[in-house]
Amino acid sequence: MQVDWSIIPGFIPQLIEGAKVTIYITVLGLIGGIIIGLIAGLMRAYGGKIINAIAFTYIELIRGTPIVVQVMFLYFALPVLANIRIDPMSAAILAIMVNAGAYIAEIVRGAFLSISKGLTEAGLAIGMPHWKVLVYIVGPLAFRRLIPPLGNQFIVSLKDTSLFIVIGVGELTRTGQEIMAANFRAVEIWTAVAICYLILTGTMTIALRFIEKRMRIL
Amino acid sequence: MSFIEFRKTLKKFGELTVLQDVDLSIDQGEVVVLVGPSGSGKSTLLRCINGLETISGGDLIVDGLSVKGGNRQLREIRQEAGMVFQQFNLFPQMTALQNVALGPRKVRGVAKAEAMRQAEDMLAKVGLSDKGGHYPSELSGGQQQRVAIARALAVKPKVMLFDEPTSALDPELKQEVLNVMLQLAKEGMTMVVVTHEMSFAKQVGTRLIFMEHGKIAVDGNPRDVIDNPPNPRMKDFLSHVE
Repeated sequence: MQVDWSIIPGFIPQLIEGAKVTIYITVLGLIGGIIIGLIAGLMRAYGGKIINAIAFTYIELIRGTPIVVQVMFLYFALPVLANIRIDPMSAAILAIMVNAGAYIAEIVRGAFLSISKGLTEAGLAIGMPHWKVLVYIVGPLAFRRLIPPLGNQFIVSLKDTSLFIVIGVGELTRTGQEIMAANFRAVEIWTAVAICYLILTGTMTIALRFIEKRMRIL
Repeated sequence: MSFIEFRKTLKKFGELTVLQDVDLSIDQGEVVVLVGPSGSGKSTLLRCINGLETISGGDLIVDGLSVKGGNRQLREIRQEAGMVFQQFNLFPQMTALQNVALGPRKVRGVAKAEAMRQAEDMLAKVGLSDKGGHYPSELSGGQQQRVAIARALAVKPKVMLFDEPTSALDPELKQEVLNVMLQLAKEGMTMVVVTHEMSFAKQVGTRLIFMEHGKIAVDGNPRDVIDNPPNPRMKDFLSHVE
């Protein structure tokens, strides 16, 4: 079988539609993941025994199971268990939120705890309540240290969306699969899909570099 | 009642007793110098005053408020008791001015413009009016420590707590910090100072306390007790310091 790159342009509109779905799931999923991760990470870093145990259980449950199992659970098991029925797209977004949230929680915890204890003491010593010390002193410093590992997680989550092929979400990989099924042009199609992913992750990397450069890492 | 009163204050770290039923009264206007070998409890004693260490037993009253009175009360105490640390602990993402203005803004509720103006006055007081726009990383150790003193003073405390303020500094930088402290003492500021600078103790201190094994072993006039140590352990200690 001959490789014929000229067939690719014809599929570009379809691939762009797929990429749009991938971006949509990733962006919404990561926004939720950052919020969950921030809360769970701070619970781990500063919570009492019980609060810490709750966050720890969540993080271990998610980190200890594959994301495919998690999305299968959300999509197929939740309706049976709790009579909650969700569409594939919502299940996909929710899976990224919950999954990325667990990893981001550990990133947040590490970043906050890496800030010297002396700075917290200095803030407390001038009479600030602990939450203000976190908001005005430790938080801004931790945020700078958060960015590099957070970028890593963004890329992992973006690529994880390809696994939602198992519940039939029409994202980029699924789109590639559908085109393939019609013409069996494996080399051309999968190369095109891979390049699409590289463009997405590359854009993300460049954006994060830019933010990192603009902020002095202290 | 005295300004600071330790009443049978006990402090334990796990099984280790660091302060053993300490009774101590400090009045306003006193400059108390705390000395002693490492592990004798002098830093812990100081850090109990503003609640950075939680006491394990007895009581400790600062300006009429107990350190055991809960978070809100503790914050009131901390506004009355400024602290200067061995490692400066300036906020690295803020300029000198912003460091000094943060307390008045976020604790005393002073408006930003007014807080910045007051901060300029405070920096001038420690001789750094030209360094307001510099970040801590752009300042020498001595300059950083003077900014830290200005930061503590900006909250308008009634007592200043110094935890080995010159120990992390090169010899030639120590003096600029000690001069600022001398000036403060002259203005009548109540001070509790953990230090190994015996000449400072003699020159500025109104009272010297030598601690040993979590207890106050010697409490007297600095000149008298430094020249004639009433305790062999203190004599031995002084011979190592000077």
